[in-house]
Amino acid sequence: MAVKLTLANYRTNVHNDWCPGCGDFGILSAIQMALADMQLDPSNIAIFSGIGCSGKTPHYINTYGIHTLHGRVLPYALGAKLANPSLIVLAVGGDGDGLGIGAGHFVNAGRRNVDITYIVHDNGVYGLTKGQASPTLKRGLRPKSLPRPNINEAINPIAIAIAAGYTFVARAYAYDNKHLKEIIRKAISHKGSAFIDVLQPCPTYNDITTKEWYAGEDRIDPETRKPIPRVYKLEDTGYDGEVQSPDPAEAEKKIAVALAKSFEWGDRIPIGVFYRNPYVPSYEERIASRIPNYLTIPPARQPIHDAEKHPTADIEQIMEEFLVTEA
Amino acid sequence: MAQSKVSWMIGGAQGTGVDSAANIFSRAAASSGLNVFGKREYYSNIKGEHSYFSVTLSNSVIRSHMDEVHLLATFDSETIIRHAWEVESGGGIIFDPKQTSEKITSIPTLEKNVVSGILERLKGEGLGNSVMDVLEVAKKNGVKLYPLPYVDLLKQVGEKIGETQLSILSRMTNVMAVAASFALFKLPEEHLFKAIEQVFKAKAKVAKMNIEAAKIAAEYAVRNFSNNGISFHIEPRPAKEQRLLINGTSAVALGKIVAGCRFQTYYPITPASDESVYLEDHEVFESREVEVLAENPHQAESMELNGKGSIVVVQTEDEIAAITMATGAALAGARAATATSGPGFSLMTEGLGWAGMNEVPVVITLYQRGGPSTGLPTRHEQGDMLFVLHAGHGEFPRIVIASGDIEEAFYDAIAAFNYAERYQTPVIHLLDKALANSTMTVRKFVYNDLVIDRGKLYFEWPSANGPYKRFEFTDDGISPRTVLGAAGGIFWNTGDEHDEFGHISEEPVNRCRMMEKRMRKLETADAEIPDREKVIIHGDVDAPYIIVSWGSTKGAILDAIEYHAQHGLRFAFAQVKLLSPFPTKLLQELLPRYERIICVEQNYSGQFAQLLAMRTCIKPHNLILKYNGRPFSFSEARDTLKRAIEKNEARIVTNAGA
Ligand SMILES: Cc1ncc(C[n+]2csc(CCOP(=O)(O)OP(=O)(O)O)c2C)c(N)n1
Ligand SMILES: [Mg+2]
Repeated sequence: MAVKLTLANYRTNVHNDWCPGCGDFGILSAIQMALADMQLDPSNIAIFSGIGCSGKTPHYINTYGIHTLHGRVLPYALGAKLANPSLIVLAVGGDGDGLGIGAGHFVNAGRRNVDITYIVHDNGVYGLTKGQASPTLKRGLRPKSLPRPNINEAINPIAIAIAAGYTFVARAYAYDNKHLKEIIRKAISHKGSAFIDVLQPCPTYNDITTKEWYAGEDRIDPETRKPIPRVYKLEDTGYDGEVQSPDPAEAEKKIAVALAKSFEWGDRIPIGVFYRNPYVPSYEERIASRIPNYLTIPPARQPIHDAEKHPTADIEQIMEEFLVTEA
Repeated sequence: MAQSKVSWMIGGAQGTGVDSAANIFSRAAASSGLNVFGKREYYSNIKGEHSYFSVTLSNSVIRSHMDEVHLLATFDSETIIRHAWEVESGGGIIFDPKQTSEKITSIPTLEKNVVSGILERLKGEGLGNSVMDVLEVAKKNGVKLYPLPYVDLLKQVGEKIGETQLSILSRMTNVMAVAASFALFKLPEEHLFKAIEQVFKAKAKVAKMNIEAAKIAAEYAVRNFSNNGISFHIEPRPAKEQRLLINGTSAVALGKIVAGCRFQTYYPITPASDESVYLEDHEVFESREVEVLAENPHQAESMELNGKGSIVVVQTEDEIAAITMATGAALAGARAATATSGPGFSLMTEGLGWAGMNEVPVVITLYQRGGPSTGLPTRHEQGDMLFVLHAGHGEFPRIVIASGDIEEAFYDAIAAFNYAERYQTPVIHLLDKALANSTMTVRKFVYNDLVIDRGKLYFEWPSANGPYKRFEFTDDGISPRTVLGAAGGIFWNTGDEHDEFGHISEEPVNRCRMMEKRMRKLETADAEIPDREKVIIHGDVDAPYIIVSWGSTKGAILDAIEYHAQHGLRFAFAQVKLLSPFPTKLLQELLPRYERIICVEQNYSGQFAQLLAMRTCIKPHNLILKYNGRPFSFSEARDTLKRAIEKNEARIVTNAGA
C-alpha cells in the first residue's frame, strides 16, 4: 500500500460515551494500534461486537463495524468470515455476552477453529445493565451493585477456551495496552480461532478488581515502597505455550501445562499467551479439502448470474436423480 | 373399468423398508407414464412404530392424496388393523397369511384408544379380536383378500440366487409387496424392474436379488389372484413432457442452488433438515462460466470456477447461531439462508428482528409442523402463519411467501432471494411437513430464463458517489447496499436505532425517519410485486363461490373443485401466496364479487381468516379447518366444500387420516 495508514485512519468521530477511566478505552486503542501497526486495509476488516458497554467498540473504529445481539457476536462473525475468508474478522464483547448468554457459541466456535480473533472485555460485571454479577465474578464477592454476595462460582475462560479447541488462547490487561496490542497482533496473525481474555476494570460498578487492585496498590513493597503488581507477564517467566510440532502428544502436554497455569489467580495473575497450536487445520482449510476452489471463490464472491442476470448454476446433472425415465 | 385415478397404500414398522417400497412403486408407476402423488406418514421414532405411504396414481394431473384406498399392501399385522377399514369395496388387501391369528391386543405400538375402538367395532359385527377378524370385516365390505406367503416365496428366491439366510432374504419382503401390487393393478412390470435398478443403482447385486424377488411375487400374484382381481385400474398414457418425481425439501434445495444461495446454516430438526443434508451432499455443482460483468469486480475469480459452483452448509450449535451466522454471511455478500421448523423458528426471532433492523437480505425456509412446543414433530399443520408474520419484538418489514405445492416451492425459493436482496429485508419462505415429505411428479424445472435480482448491490463504492451511507434515506426506502470488504463502502450496523451511517442514535426525528424508511420498503414491494406472485386465481372465476386458502391445501382444493365442476358445483379459488406485504387491495376487489367466501386451512383458529379480516375487513362465511396432524386429502376437501355450500356452517372441522 502506497499511503501509510496512521491511527487516525482507524478512528471515527462518533462520540464515545464510556465512563471516564473505563478499561474499554485501553482495549479500543490497542485494537486501533494493532491494525495500524499491521497496516491492514480498513475496508477489508470487519469488527463484530455483542451487546454491552463493550458492544459499542465497532462504532469507534473506522472499519466495517457490526454491533450484533447480546451473546451472538460469534455466529455473526463466523458467518461473514466463512462467506468471505479473505476478510480480517475480529469479534469483541463483554464477559456476560460471551461467557453467559453466548456461552454455547463460545464453546462451539472452538470446535471449528475459524480464522478469527475474539476479544472478551472481562470486567466481572454486566456493565451496561448496571453492574450485576458476570460469569467471571468469583463466588462470595460483592461489587457495589450486588444486593448480596455473588452466589455462583466463577468460570475460567482460559481453561474453557483451551478445552473447547481454540488454538490461540491468551490473557491481557486493558491498562497495559502496548502488551495487549502485541497480543492482538499475534492473534490476528494466527491462523485459526484466537481468544483473548482482557482484564478490564469497570470503574463504575466493579469496586473489587479495580485498576488499583491489579496494580497491587494495597501491597507496598517495604523495601522499594512501591506497589507489588498482581499482573505479571508469562513470557517474563520463560513460560512457553507454543506447540512446536504436529505431534498430538506435544499439544496434549502443552494443554495440560496451560490449563494448570490458567487457575493461577489472586496474588499473581498471569497475562500473555497460554497456548498456541498452529497445526490444527482451520475450518476454512477443512472446507477447502471438500470444495477445492472455496478459498479463491468463496460464497460471497461467486458470480451467481450472467450479464443478462440469468442464473449460472446448472442443475441438469443433479436433477437426473429425480428424472422420470420413460420406457 | 379403468379409473382416472387409483390409490395404493403400503405400511409397516419404521425401518422395514416402507419408504423404499413406496419409492420403487412411485418411480415405476411414473415411468409407465402415470402421474404420482405420494404422502408419507411416520412417527417421531426411528424403529418399530407404524409408518405408511399412500400413493395416488392418475393419468391426468394429480395434486393430492385421497382417503379411499384401492389396494393396501401389508406385511405386518398392525398395518392391516389400522388401515383395512379404509379400503374401498372392490379394492384389495395383500397380507401375510402366517400372521392372521395375531391378537389385536398383542400389538404394543397400537394406541389404547385405537385398540378399544377397533374391538368395539369387531364386537358390533359379532367377531373376535384377531387380525383375521379385521380382514373378515373388510371382506364383508366387498374387499378382496390376497394372501401372499412371503416366507415361502422368499425361500424360492433364495434357491434361485443361492442365499439361505432368511434375515437377508426378508429384506426383500417390501419389494414383493410392491410387485404383487403392480401385478394386481396390471401395470407393466418392466417399469418395476427398471425402478428397482434405479433405486439400487449403487448396489448391483442387491438390485438383482430384488428383481428376482419381484418376479417371483408378481408371478405368484398373477397365478393366484387374477381370476379375482381388484376393480380399480388405470391406463398409463405416455407423458407429454419431461417430469421429475421429487419431494419438497429436495425441490427447495435445487431452487436454492439455482437462486445462487451459497451459504446455508441449519440445526437438525424434522422435517427441515432433509433440505440442508441434501444441499451438503451436493455442495459442489456445475456452473456455467460467465462473461465479465461490469458490476462484479470478482471476474478474475470467476475464471477459477472451472465450471464448479459450491455452497457451504454449516451445521450450527443451535438455531440462534443458524440465523445469525446466515445473516453474517449475507452481510459479506453471499446469498444466505437457513432452514428450520417451528421450535427452531421460535429461537430465531431475535435474529430475525436484527436482520430486519439492519436491512439484511437473509432467507428463512420454514417447514411448519404440528405445534405448539414439540407438538407433532413428524406431522403436518399450518399453525405458524400468524407467528411468522409477527415474530420478533418491535416493528420491522418482512416478506412472507407461502408455496402451494412442490413445483411452486422450487420457483418460490428463487423468488425469496430476489425479494430479500431487492427489498433488503428478511424473507420467510413458508412451507410445511406435507410439502416437505410428499413426493410428486412435476414438470422438470426450467430455470435458464429466470432472473436473479440482486437489487441495489455494490461490490465497491466509488468515491465520486460521496461518502457511503448504508441507511441513506431514499424515496423507495431502499438504500444502496455494499458488502463487507467492499472498497470505499465501510458501514456500521447495530440493533440499536441508528443514523444513516449505522451509528446508534436515539434522537426522535431520526427515529421516525428511519422507522418510516424501513417500513416504506413494504409499500415499495407491494407496488412492485406483480399480482400473479401475490394471489393465484384458480377454478371458475365466474362461479358463485370462492375458496380462499394458502400453502399446501392447494392440491386437495384443486382436485376437489375439478371433481365438483364435473358434478355441477362451481368454485373459484384464490390461492394467496404473498402473506406480507398482504395483498389487501387485490382481495378487497376480488372477494366481494362472490356470494360465499370459504376459507380452508390447517389450524385450529383459522389464522388466515383472522388475517384476512384484519387486513381487508372481510369475514369469510365458512371456515374449513383441520388440525389432527394429517394433511387435507382430496376426499375431505371434496366433502367439506360440498357441506359448506349445502349446510352453510360457519366452522367445519375435518379430521381424516390415520
Ligand atoms: C437478549 C437480551 N437480554 C438482555 C439484554 C440486556 N443487556 C444489555 S447489556 C447486558 C449485559 C452486558 O454485560 P457484558 O456482556 O458483561 O458487557 P459489559 O457491559 O460489561 O461490557 C444485558 C444483560 C439484552 N440486550 N438482550
Ligand atoms: Mg462485562
